[in-house]
Amino acid sequence: MTATRVPVRLRVNGENYEVMTFPYKTLLEVLREDLGLTGTKHGCELGECSTCGVLVDGKPFLSCLALPLDLQERAITTIEGMAEAGRPHPLQVAFAELGAAQCGYCTPAMLLTARALLDRDPSPTREAIRQALSGVLCRCTGYVKIFEAVELAALRMRDGAG
Amino acid sequence: MAPADGEDFAIIGRSLTKPDAMAKVSGQTRFADDLALPRMLYGRLLRSPNPHARILSLDVSRARALPGVFAVLTGEDLPEKFGILPVSQDEEALAREKVRYVGDPIAAVAAADEWVAEEALALIEVRFEDLPRYMSIEEAIQGQGEPIHGRSNVHKAVALEFGDTEAALSQAAYQREDMVFFEGNTHLPMEQHAAVGHYGQDGKLTLWSSTQTPHYVHRALGKVLGLPMSRIRVIATPNGGGFGGKSDIFSHELVAARLAMVTGRPVKITLTREEVFYAHRGRHPVLMKVRTGVDRDGRIASMQFTTFLDGGAYGSYGVASTYYTGALQPATYAIPAYRFEGVRLFTNKPPCGPKRGHGTPQPRFALEVHMDRLAEDLGIDPVTLRLRNLPRANSRTVNWLRITSCGLKECIERVAEESRFLARWKSMPPGRGLGFAVSSYLSGAGTAIYWNDMPHSEVQLKLDRNGGVALFCGAIDIGQGSDHVLAAIVAEVLGIALEDVQLTTADTDLTPIDLGSYSSRVTFMAGNAARVAAERVMARLFAAAARVMGCEPEELRARDRRIFRRERQEEGIPFAQAVQAAEAEDGVVSATGSYTPPRLAGPYKGSGVGPSPAYSYSAAVVEVDCDPRTGEVRVPEVWIAHDIGRAINPVLVEGQVEGSVYMALGEALMEEQTFRLGLHKFPSMLEYKSPTTLETPVMHTYLIETIDPEGPFGAKEAGQGPLLPVIPAVANAVHNALGVRIDEIPITPDRVLRALAEKARGHAPRVGPAAIPAFSFPPPIRADVPDEWKAR
Repeated sequence: MTATRVPVRLRVNGENYEVMTFPYKTLLEVLREDLGLTGTKHGCELGECSTCGVLVDGKPFLSCLALPLDLQERAITTIEGMAEAGRPHPLQVAFAELGAAQCGYCTPAMLLTARALLDRDPSPTREAIRQALSGVLCRCTGYVKIFEAVELAALRMRDGAG
Repeated sequence: MAPADGEDFAIIGRSLTKPDAMAKVSGQTRFADDLALPRMLYGRLLRSPNPHARILSLDVSRARALPGVFAVLTGEDLPEKFGILPVSQDEEALAREKVRYVGDPIAAVAAADEWVAEEALALIEVRFEDLPRYMSIEEAIQGQGEPIHGRSNVHKAVALEFGDTEAALSQAAYQREDMVFFEGNTHLPMEQHAAVGHYGQDGKLTLWSSTQTPHYVHRALGKVLGLPMSRIRVIATPNGGGFGGKSDIFSHELVAARLAMVTGRPVKITLTREEVFYAHRGRHPVLMKVRTGVDRDGRIASMQFTTFLDGGAYGSYGVASTYYTGALQPATYAIPAYRFEGVRLFTNKPPCGPKRGHGTPQPRFALEVHMDRLAEDLGIDPVTLRLRNLPRANSRTVNWLRITSCGLKECIERVAEESRFLARWKSMPPGRGLGFAVSSYLSGAGTAIYWNDMPHSEVQLKLDRNGGVALFCGAIDIGQGSDHVLAAIVAEVLGIALEDVQLTTADTDLTPIDLGSYSSRVTFMAGNAARVAAERVMARLFAAAARVMGCEPEELRARDRRIFRRERQEEGIPFAQAVQAAEAEDGVVSATGSYTPPRLAGPYKGSGVGPSPAYSYSAAVVEVDCDPRTGEVRVPEVWIAHDIGRAINPVLVEGQVEGSVYMALGEALMEEQTFRLGLHKFPSMLEYKSPTTLETPVMHTYLIETIDPEGPFGAKEAGQGPLLPVIPAVANAVHNALGVRIDEIPITPDRVLRALAEKARGHAPRVGPAAIPAFSFPPPIRADVPDEWKAR
């Protein structure tokens, strides 16, 4: 494929990036290859597994199906942006404590998707958690520890202990 | 030294956060495809579109001429054959004379980026001559025309007999025979395989790879590249899921290394998701027949078990897989006479190999639905029938497997009680059913895949002056928590904190060997090696501390980063001070520990597969909710008990059990790896159905601790065994719910509807094989049986 590089401006984790890259590269590829943000993973690159999930304006978004040129004004959050000032998000702590990350490969997308849920529903039922995470495949955990970790994080955040 | 069993542990048995957890939840863990080196090129493989064909010509000249292409390899560049087992050296990194499955690699390209590499692949011209295709067990057996390898499509046929099964059957009060089929399925790790090769000007090759078996990859690279192993370094990156799918030697690993040597630049190859489906090495499709004779009370008198494995195009682990389809039946039930016949056929499909449970989920399915029927025939409930056939702790099975601890009885009683199985199973509401099944599994294979006398796992420790411990071990964490097991054992013995242990793992230059994360061996074997290394370090520190404190080393204990007198705990010194004292006396504080499993193989050919230093046991009850109109089967609730020996970290063990239940439900109800004219029917994550959060049942997990005498702190395996009883428990539950037998896995809606239609027509209410192919097994090797079975 031949093309010339074009300038792309992206706002990722609150930082402004300007890169020269090929217009056909997906957001997933630009994040990983041009910005060095390899915390975002890939499982299929066809929009089937949600492993590449990031947040765009706070909503879960499949980075393998998006072109960065379409997202220049949007707020993109990746796993690298989940901790604030070096302090891990309560979801990250709960996932670590409860064994909700086994191999850790789906974990970035799982965490970001869970965060989008808790941002709009601080007290989700188990059923709401199931629904919210249903698009993100995990082959290790059987999902049970993930449900428990989301519930624990939600509890701690409500208690202000997060 | 280390706290004796029964003492209060600081770390063992506690659900602490594992050492690699925070890196994983913050995206800092570096998987193979996350690596990028200066001047790195990208490699791609050209794969066969043909299931079986001779390569008449291969022209790569146009690909080589494409700007941005740095190298093109063909089979002539890597002619040395390889294979994971010494007896099956039948693979080529790039096929030379013929291709044997759709996806068989033929040529490889290294280019400036993946798009150029892809473009180059399209410029390679291959002319094929089609050969006859063998797409099933039956076709492989009957096959006329050119076989896939050598002179026959029979890869391996084995027959073993322990005791006189025919005589015992003829005297049995009751006997029955069943035939079932288990379709193949694949691991589907979330991370696609990736490898990065680097060849320095110093003539040293480094390969980073998402592999479960860096030591075996190291050996294969040496053989195929013709380099001494001392010039090759293999670093296994954390695996983004393995489940057995990254435990073979893969073409892309050898090719990435060779391309790096040819170009003088780093080369990365990451498989696409579609390629992962074709790389496979997953669950064998297996056709099975089982005949069992029992006494009036349902006690097994004799069993004959026959398996046909659809192996795919290459050997892989297949010889071991074949034996595994027969090995563990006598470890789960007390069987006084046992015959096993198994054959693996080559077919023109991606090679099968080990997936979680390696060769044992299929016979476990067969045996457990068979036992359910025996129970029904005899009017005995399924729980009681199992309890009447328990294996004994501290015994030898009729096929010479040595059982140490055995918690099967406790597992059975626990799930039966918690699920109220016996009170409920005969009076379930319409569409609802309960199913029961049990299993056993290895805690590590007792023999290495290549014959040698050396340890299977080794750990090296080096202490720093502040009391930190650097731990080196060849084991690779694939998500199962092996890093935690290593750190927890060392920290427990030394009386320090988990975070005081720094791990360096799975690097053939830096770490002593561990054979790999397969056969559920790491906790048991690397754990034992870690314990030995830590106890050696502790002895030195106690000696140094005793001199400082003016007491005897035997009086000392270590805990909370202190070394102190057991009887007068206020008298002690900081752990770091003991390290400094030891270092001042005799230099670097360092020690190694090794683990070699006891020699357990029985006195017969083929006895190398099955022996393990310990067996785990599991029992499961599954509840199903079936819709007779759609054939859909839902699983609302699962009860599972697992004999773990000792849970080094309960939350991680529960995670292994829950993950096993999940994977089993996927296999039982939806996952299948099937082909049309050699093409995978659904090589994508959308079409290859696997369970999501919405299909997740309520899981009740019970850990049964039997404190194995040889396991590290009494621990046994957790990663594979709990998968085994779940699949047949689903099948038994469907029968309980609908009165039909689905003797084929997966239990898909169409199969359920077919069985219900058969039932409605008054036919046998089942779907499943009616016959097995005619095949002449070799006469069985008649092995002597252990003394304890001779009296029977």
